[in-house]
Amino acid sequence: MLNIIAGLLTASTGGVILDGREVSGPGPERAVVFQNHSLLPWLSVYENVALAVRQVFRGRKTRAEMHEWIEHNLALVNMSHASHKRPHEISGGMKQRVGIARALAMEPKVMLMDEPFGALDALTRATLQETVMDLHARLGNTIVMITHDMDEAVLLSDRIVMMTNGPAATVGEILSVDLPRPRERMALAENPAFHHYRAEGLRFLYERHRRPAAA
Amino acid sequence: MNAWTRLRAARPVFPSLAWIRALILPLCGILAFLLVWHVAAGRISTSLGQFPGPADTARAAQGLYVEFQEEREKAVAFEARQAERNAARLAENPDAEVSVRAYAGRPTFPDQIRTSLVTVMSGFLLASLIAVPFGVLIGLSSGLYASANPLIQLLKPVSPLAWLPLVTLVVSAAYVSDDPLFAKSYLVSTITVMMCSLWPSLINTAVGVAGVDKDLVNVSRVLRLGWATHVRKIVLPSAVPMIFTGLRLSLGVAWMVLIAAEMLSQNPGLGKFVWDEFQNGNAQSLGRIMVAVLTIGLIGLVLDRGMLLLQRRLSWDKTAITR
Repeated sequence: MLNIIAGLLTASTGGVILDGREVSGPGPERAVVFQNHSLLPWLSVYENVALAVRQVFRGRKTRAEMHEWIEHNLALVNMSHASHKRPHEISGGMKQRVGIARALAMEPKVMLMDEPFGALDALTRATLQETVMDLHARLGNTIVMITHDMDEAVLLSDRIVMMTNGPAATVGEILSVDLPRPRERMALAENPAFHHYRAEGLRFLYERHRRPAAA
Repeated sequence: MNAWTRLRAARPVFPSLAWIRALILPLCGILAFLLVWHVAAGRISTSLGQFPGPADTARAAQGLYVEFQEEREKAVAFEARQAERNAARLAENPDAEVSVRAYAGRPTFPDQIRTSLVTVMSGFLLASLIAVPFGVLIGLSSGLYASANPLIQLLKPVSPLAWLPLVTLVVSAAYVSDDPLFAKSYLVSTITVMMCSLWPSLINTAVGVAGVDKDLVNVSRVLRLGWATHVRKIVLPSAVPMIFTGLRLSLGVAWMVLIAAEMLSQNPGLGKFVWDEFQNGNAQSLGRIMVAVLTIGLIGLVLDRGMLLLQRRLSWDKTAITR
């Protein structure tokens, strides 16, 4: 699904419409934060972001502006201190931050996140969720995120699109989350609306699993 | 429990056990080998006398060193005589034509080592210059790979001894010059080494280039990198560890092939040394061949370690170092 939006896979039927125009093939306006960070291991953190910036803003920004833009995006995810380090020298959570910085640096119309925190421990995941909420509040850009974590989905999103079981998975139910922003994890933990949405989502997941057994 | 026993308990009994293992165990291995060699050598008699044991080999090495010293003294003496003679002639007649000739003594053992090293390096470099670019090409194109693969698989197992007659004849026919820059024997062995050491580099480069991580390719696609940038920024760096592994294997093959090639092409290196000792065998020949065998092994080891160091210095992937 995300790969089709990103253009990495071609849809067998249907298409992808962005800003009123159909898009085909991958492109930086639909930047992807990959599941396993996908940083180039031979480049430093800075160079990884720089590769994207130099490609996307070639001819539109001067070298100094590019440098500033790279630093700015690394600062957004709090990674300025490690800009000279190689990916293997930093933790999984930090790699994913750099992945987000690289995607943001492409100035995408929509940022696609493919289970970005799946491989991280709970604490790091929580911190990165805060980072994403913070970035979203400051930049206000559209984010499409794939997740298997119902708490994460309710906490972060305005709309949860739930998929039926594959193969040939389709959109099952769309759940609008009307929780006020900014959202506080601890406050939400006791919020009845939060629990309602969470229960709604889980009920769908649970019934979707039951259906094949009944058939 | 007093402080002393607690301290004893906290520290391992042999704090430097790892260090001892690293030093003592290889030494044990070498000693055991020397013992087996010594005993076995005493039981093998050949037409050239007793098979050399460790002691005979050491004596032969010493003999080779003495020969080298003598030859060098002769060379120094020759040059001194030549300089003296020329000076005398110039003093007699300032316009006299004086000639300076290099000393043409027989090659000593270190000379032969040098020749072998020069030959193996030229063959290896030539092979790398062909194998790496070509490997990149066939790695990038699955069509090219499919068409080249059967040929590569066919030519890869060919022994240097099979190539040698062909190479010799072609070089003799094609390289005709009154004042040749390179000796024919050198060219023949270099080309043979090249033909045989090409394959590991070629295959590893192709596999490395073809096996770029799919996620990294996706990064490149999202960024819409052009083909040239994609190859330069994503494909080549990611193939570097595999290319180095290939080069290291190639160098090993090159050194093995070289000895055989030199034996038959009469390139004045270690291979020819072994062959000559075998042909005009006397009582010391076996010992001298044994010295050559050990030298060949030692140089092979040094070449391999050298490539490993180079890889560690130049490659980004510090973990992909195999033993």
